[in-house]
Amino acid sequence: MSAFWSAWVWAITLAVILGCTWLLLATRKGEQYKETTEETVGHAFDGIEEYDNPLPGWWFQMFIGTVIFGIVYLGLYGLANVKGFYGWSSVGQYEEEMAHAEEVYKPVFAKYAAMSIEDLQGQPEGLKMGQRMFANNCSLCHGTTGTGAHGFPNLTDNDWLYGGSHDAIKQTIAAGRTGAMPPWGAVLGEEGVRDVTSYVMSLSGKEHDAEGAARGQQQFQALCTACHGQNGEGLQALGAPNLTDDVWLYGSSFEKVSHTIRVGRNGVMPAHKDLLSDDKIHLITAYVVSLSDK
Amino acid sequence: MSTAAEHPTYNYKVVRQFAIMTVVWGIVGMAVGVLIASQLVWPALNFDTAWLTYGRLRPLHTNAVIFAFGGCALFATSYYVVQRTSQTRLISDKLAAFTFWGWQLVILLAAITLPLGITSAKEYAELEWPIDLLITVVWVAYAIVFLGTVKMRKTSHIYVGNWFYMAFIITVAVLHIVNSAALPVSLTKSYSVYPGAVDAMVQWWYGHNAVGFFLTAGFLGMMYYFVPKQAERPIYSYRLSVVHFWALIATYMWAGGHHLHYTALPDFAQTLGMVMSLILLAPSWGGMINGMMTLSGAWHKLRTDPVLRFLVVSLSFYGMSTFEGPMMSIKTVNALSHYTDWTIGHVHAGALGWVAMISIGAVYHMIPRLYGKAQMASVSLINTHFWLATIGTVLYICAMWVNGILQGLMWRAVNEDGTLTYSFVEALEASHPGFFVRALGGAFFLLGMVLMAYNVYQTVRKDSKAPAADASAQAA
Repeated sequence: MSAFWSAWVWAITLAVILGCTWLLLATRKGEQYKETTEETVGHAFDGIEEYDNPLPGWWFQMFIGTVIFGIVYLGLYGLANVKGFYGWSSVGQYEEEMAHAEEVYKPVFAKYAAMSIEDLQGQPEGLKMGQRMFANNCSLCHGTTGTGAHGFPNLTDNDWLYGGSHDAIKQTIAAGRTGAMPPWGAVLGEEGVRDVTSYVMSLSGKEHDAEGAARGQQQFQALCTACHGQNGEGLQALGAPNLTDDVWLYGSSFEKVSHTIRVGRNGVMPAHKDLLSDDKIHLITAYVVSLSDK
Repeated sequence: MSTAAEHPTYNYKVVRQFAIMTVVWGIVGMAVGVLIASQLVWPALNFDTAWLTYGRLRPLHTNAVIFAFGGCALFATSYYVVQRTSQTRLISDKLAAFTFWGWQLVILLAAITLPLGITSAKEYAELEWPIDLLITVVWVAYAIVFLGTVKMRKTSHIYVGNWFYMAFIITVAVLHIVNSAALPVSLTKSYSVYPGAVDAMVQWWYGHNAVGFFLTAGFLGMMYYFVPKQAERPIYSYRLSVVHFWALIATYMWAGGHHLHYTALPDFAQTLGMVMSLILLAPSWGGMINGMMTLSGAWHKLRTDPVLRFLVVSLSFYGMSTFEGPMMSIKTVNALSHYTDWTIGHVHAGALGWVAMISIGAVYHMIPRLYGKAQMASVSLINTHFWLATIGTVLYICAMWVNGILQGLMWRAVNEDGTLTYSFVEALEASHPGFFVRALGGAFFLLGMVLMAYNVYQTVRKDSKAPAADASAQAA
């Protein structure tokens, strides 16, 4: 803020506060009566008169009190470019509180950070901490028990889009994942979409139209294997789902599967490394592992 | 000296129209409020229908109660008060009629567009730009009628009630025009001209002054006429009126920053919002004192006059919520209360306790006088309405206090390891009983409004049994 605008803020602030104070004092000074009176100021409106009573004493003092408090507070906390006597800023307060939390809680997490994910499976206290952080950071999409929802993977079934190794899970949480199934409707045409759907249904042993599936297999081989593999077994490096295990992220009905093929899907797992410390992600990883490690 | 027959020169037609619509929109707005409060208790009540969902109906509720119910009450009373205290007819019947039909059109358009999801997404200013333009035209017409009538007054001074009405009309015009400035991209979509934090500051400068000038200054204008009139007592202190009027309008302007504590708003603007909110306490209470003390010597009337009860209790809620507001603007208190139901409770202490109760009292005062009756068809029904409204408001506020403090404490609770003790949904689950009590309180209040509609209908219909006013004996 330039010096001019800083001065402007100070000027209009003080003008309002001091203007009100002046009005208050001037009105009090001009009072005709110092005690409650039956005298009116002499005009009447639709029969309503107005007494010339003085300002109530306690109200006057309260007014002055808030004005003094306000000016002192501005001095302590600052206004515009002028730093207050306390040197307070909201960023400063945030950093102070974060540093305090770091100091108090760091050792608690450090103890578990030193343990491997395997070892943490035998640490109920550590897993409990992971669960609490999961409840506040992950449950909105994955559910309070981690069973997922439409478009959000179930974390309890030991079926992993991007790999179920401890490192892969931790990487998913820290850096996030972006899954993109491209739309094939324009390429395949409606007939082609139905055929490929039939084939995909057949891979998981679901009820399907055998003739369509046979035709669809040709197109699957041409268009889908780059990501989903020769036999539809998927590719974890790309997050391309295994199509043979009857686990469905976006629904398993003919309509849902054909919709996925026709218009594609986009799945996003947001990165958490800027939101949560490494030690916290470590504990959440241990908790997520525990969900399917039964 | 107050019946319609005696003042053929006053334009009571527009006052009658607005007074009746106050009751109608009150019922509509509050019914929507009870529905969305019930949806928070029983989520299935949105019936999986897009336009019945909470997100679409909540702005409809706020717009309907503030601008339809509150707005019609302000139009009705301001036109009534300015004529009677200036002893002159409104300067233009045609322009006054235009404000009535124009305002009803605004409300109708709001009731259609908001459930369709057409919104500018600015709280209390959700209506899209074509409706904003219509509001501007109607409001300018309102200003011309009101200020023109004050100018043509036959009294030497301008009555204090009219100062407040004038401040309300002029400031709301400025607030509406500045905050609604937007770039249209289609007939139903526009984007604010302000960027980021500036937009937030402009929005809450508007938002808090909508409270300060629409819901406070306007209704103080109402208070300054109907309290002394109903109590038949002089105003307590003219000097207090002068000081608290100017101090109120000067400091309210600055308080909006307290809606943005601990956000991207510059620290100094937050500090200033808090300081001005605290200084606002005394100016706000000036109006309460002037109203309450006006009753000294007339307290016995409370035993027999339920209309006066509405007015007095409204002042109590006004005093309470204007104390609560400055307290909540203190940064450390706000850190607990912000984003919780406490804020909703605070708003409703003002909206139900103050705004609605004083409007209801004013309408009960006006209706018999506008229709040449000595009193309402049923005084005991007014009394029943009073108790329903009071109990409803208390249930509402208490439920929200409990919920708000509960939520604030649960959200900030941490375990020994620094992790949050409760997930968000646990705090939501704990809020469920409070949501129920809130819906119940709202239903009480709504039921009272339905009784009022019945009572008004019985008073104004052609073969009404309400006693006709005796022109010579009536002195209210």
